[in-house]
Amino acid sequence: MMLIECPFCGPRNYTEFTYGGDAGITRPREPDAVTDAEWTDYVYVRNNPRGMHDELWYHSAGCRRWITVHRDTLTHDVAGTEAVSQASTQLP
Amino acid sequence: MSTQSCRLRNGGLIDRSRELSFSFNGRRLRGYAGDSLASALLANNVHLVGRSFKYHRPRGIVGSGAEEPNAVVQLEHGALTQPNLRATQIPLYDGLSASSQNCWPSVSFDIGAANNLVSRILPAGFYYKTFMWPPSKWMSYERLIRKAAGMGKAPVEPDPDHYAHHYAHCDVLIAGGGPTGLAAALAAGRAGARVIIADENWEFGGSLLVDRANIDDASALEWVTQTMAALADMPEVALLPRSTVFGYFDHNFLTIAEHVADANDSRRVRQRIWKVRAKQVVLATGAIERPLVFADNDRPGVMLASAARSYVNRFAVKPGNRAVIFTNNDSAYATAFDLACAGVDVAAVVDARTATTTTITKQLRAAGIQHLPGHAVVRARGGRHVSGVSIAPLTAFGLAGKPDKTIDCDLLCMSGGFSPAVHLFSQSKGRLRYDAELAAFIPDVSVQAERSAGAARGTMTLAGCLAEGARAGADAAYAAGFGDGTACSPLAVAEENQTPLQPLWMVHSTIRRHRKLFVDFQNDVTAADVALAAREGYFAVEHLKRYTTLGMGTDQGKLSNINGLAILSEIVSAQIPAVGTTTFRPPYTAITLGALAGTEVGAHFAPVRRTPLHARHEQAGARFINAGLWRRPQFYPHPNESDIDAVNREALAVRAGVGVVDVSTLGRIDIKGRDAAEFLERVYINSWKNLTIGKARYGLMLREDGMVFDDGTTARLGTHHFLMTTTTANATKVMVHLEYLLQVVWPELEVHLTSVTEQWAAVALAGPSSRKVLSCLADCDVGNAALPHMGYIEAQVAGIPARIFRISFSGELAYEINVASDHGPTLWQALLDAGKPYRIVPYGTEAMAVLRIEKGHVAGMELDGRTTPEDLGLGKMLNTAKDCIGKRSLTRPLLAAAGRKQLVGLLAADDAPLIPRGAQLVENAGHHSRNPILGHVTSTCYSPHLKRPIALALLAAGRSRIGETLSAVSPLSNVTLRVKITHHVFIDPDAARMRN
Repeated sequence: MMLIECPFCGPRNYTEFTYGGDAGITRPREPDAVTDAEWTDYVYVRNNPRGMHDELWYHSAGCRRWITVHRDTLTHDVAGTEAVSQASTQLP
Repeated sequence: MSTQSCRLRNGGLIDRSRELSFSFNGRRLRGYAGDSLASALLANNVHLVGRSFKYHRPRGIVGSGAEEPNAVVQLEHGALTQPNLRATQIPLYDGLSASSQNCWPSVSFDIGAANNLVSRILPAGFYYKTFMWPPSKWMSYERLIRKAAGMGKAPVEPDPDHYAHHYAHCDVLIAGGGPTGLAAALAAGRAGARVIIADENWEFGGSLLVDRANIDDASALEWVTQTMAALADMPEVALLPRSTVFGYFDHNFLTIAEHVADANDSRRVRQRIWKVRAKQVVLATGAIERPLVFADNDRPGVMLASAARSYVNRFAVKPGNRAVIFTNNDSAYATAFDLACAGVDVAAVVDARTATTTTITKQLRAAGIQHLPGHAVVRARGGRHVSGVSIAPLTAFGLAGKPDKTIDCDLLCMSGGFSPAVHLFSQSKGRLRYDAELAAFIPDVSVQAERSAGAARGTMTLAGCLAEGARAGADAAYAAGFGDGTACSPLAVAEENQTPLQPLWMVHSTIRRHRKLFVDFQNDVTAADVALAAREGYFAVEHLKRYTTLGMGTDQGKLSNINGLAILSEIVSAQIPAVGTTTFRPPYTAITLGALAGTEVGAHFAPVRRTPLHARHEQAGARFINAGLWRRPQFYPHPNESDIDAVNREALAVRAGVGVVDVSTLGRIDIKGRDAAEFLERVYINSWKNLTIGKARYGLMLREDGMVFDDGTTARLGTHHFLMTTTTANATKVMVHLEYLLQVVWPELEVHLTSVTEQWAAVALAGPSSRKVLSCLADCDVGNAALPHMGYIEAQVAGIPARIFRISFSGELAYEINVASDHGPTLWQALLDAGKPYRIVPYGTEAMAVLRIEKGHVAGMELDGRTTPEDLGLGKMLNTAKDCIGKRSLTRPLLAAAGRKQLVGLLAADDAPLIPRGAQLVENAGHHSRNPILGHVTSTCYSPHLKRPIALALLAAGRSRIGETLSAVSPLSNVTLRVKITHHVFIDPDAARMRN
């Protein structure tokens, strides 16, 4: 049972979170300007690294914040966590 | 009633004042409080406890704890019964009832024993090799094989027992309450750490319950009593007896199975699973003695030397009258002396080694025990019980000469050395190292915050265990922030020098080939099976396990693993560390499924969501259906009305008059912020910035791959304020999706989302008379001009502040009225009362489905993750002038290709049966070849309005096939129908009804 340090709630069991995939994916700013191949890469193609991986996790049973988790996919070591964006953590 | 003929007159940790009655295989027997079922059986001279798995050979008790492979019993009867329990770990209680499980018709006469006679044709892998063909028959073969293999029987009735789960945190978790664990607990507890110490036995003390040693001038038992008293005085130390630490998971998360109460106990909770997050862990799990591998080593009466000693010293039971000891190390000599002390005639100690210490030689002489160094037992004689042993001198290690003597005996105690119980350490991902001196694997490199101590890391002396335990406890406490890390001064224990163990993995001899040398008792795996597997290419240790079943079963090879892989390494001429071990996985011992389920059974399996109107529906006699976690009214049957009649009546009433339906389950998301409209533009395919305040709009959202994700209406309540509705099923998913977009993709947008599903009771009022009903209750004009189609107003309805949306799912003139949840029942009743003159009906999800299929509205069955807006006939909604999630994907060639499945309607003949959901659409049902599947039925119903079965379907190039007739084929329901393809909107295609 992995322990994930939520930057907002503190250390919690990973069962409180939902896995959200690679944190390094950026949505193209202008989707119509990219080629089919580039778009396919963005939508479908993911790395499956053995070792450290920056991942998105959603604290679904907690604060509802998306966070970045630096996790070793081999050992499940969590090297650190942080809020995805400071901007979105404040009320508008 | 049998007397306890093998009970010693004195000694033991049993309470002779409390005699208990129990039954085994129907025989009434007696034992004492403090007995295990195994010790009580031995006290009654019951040795034959089961039949072996494959050959159905008679089997007796081998061990005294978790390692027991043979004495595996079915406990209790009926709903309370539990299979596959080790008699060695069941504390005796009054009225206990147990039976052998691997025999038929009885343990003493077993028909399956014929397998033993034909065993030459039942080698390893026999079942795989023989029952391969034809493949379709494997399932029926397997049933018969499983029956013959006779594992325990699972109860058929529901489990009446209660189980609990308990979450705990501690600074130091100690697995094992023997000398090492107790010393660790004392040290960690004194440092002030929160400690949990768990032991699988019902009494703490481990080997000290058996040992006759002195600790600091007190007896071992006195030391245990003092230590337990000291620990009980520490408020931060939790002592868990009968609790097995069975799993070691990531980040120091460990699970413990606690046996709280036996079947005769009135306490409600039978077992409890502890889920513990520990800062530090001490593994003091001890070591397990290994059997020796020689011919017919499975005869009842052959047992581990440590087990025999345990029965004599702890339980005051004589496991035999005349014993032979066979060993390759010093530990078994203690058994010889303790047996002799108890009056057992110890005929000989057969030691594979040539040398022993002079102290031992002197003691043997004093006790009058024959010593046979450099010898081996090559065979146990006897059938249903050992009657003697054949002994031969060892020429080289493991190679026996011709047997030169036989000794009569009814007890053979064997010791092949000890293997540290590294199961939990290995589960923690720690790396093992082979220790040649111990001939065992020991913990090497730790990965998690744990430390092994005592016998669990190969320290086999009592003084060493006590010192290491104290050290480990102090270290663990210090690492968790308690104490200064110093351990108290070592305890004084007198211990003799030892002669090193000499590995003896298997006694090779000239014994006839058909004699079996068992490696794994529980799975009937012999040394010959291991050799056969190696010959056939299964020499990787994980392959060996799967092919021969070595190390499988309920004991998971606690006795057999090391012997098996050592024999394999001899055969393939490799070093043992190169062969390696199989993977240790949780659980350490089997856990009953009920304990794992805990309280999450039956109605408690998942939470139940009820709408604010639930009580009203119950009063109205609604039939409920599960929709996700929600309980929703399916329909409201009148007395003596069939289900389908009720549904048709409700649907027709809406089309002709007026009905009300509870739509509180729809997801509602309150969207606020400066960029709210911009945000909606980006998540929906259609336009939102031009939506005026006081209007609602139907929206469609896609996944990034272009497939439709969800739909619903969203209303603009203010310049920067919207209320979004989602489908019931996707309410949570949409919320997660929107939060992702806001937090990860577009953090620059100023938008805030709040789920308000539970804050509102929502009712749809639908039908041509709905306006009249609403007019009676609303405090404002709800006419077509004041509240047109897709309009929104805030008003008082029946005196309750309400939001009214003029939206329609049924295709009729309709309003969705939202009020605060608590007002829901009042609103519902007010609508029913006001609607009485118009013969208003409440309707359920079935009628709602009929109405939406008639109207051609898509729902979950059509939004199956493979349909684009164009497929569903909603392509015109797409605003091409802006970007939104999923839009770019729609231009990919395959999503824009001709021939994609498109939404159509199906009409069957008016007397036809229901068009089966999931039916395939083909040109000609009669042809089996060249008859491609063109589409499938997604939603189906009988239309009371059209008076015939109708359906929605996804059909290749469907819109161009309108007017054609195809066959709908459902092999599952054995129905084939001719259906006419139509537009998917069956009624009111111009939408005049809902706009009026």
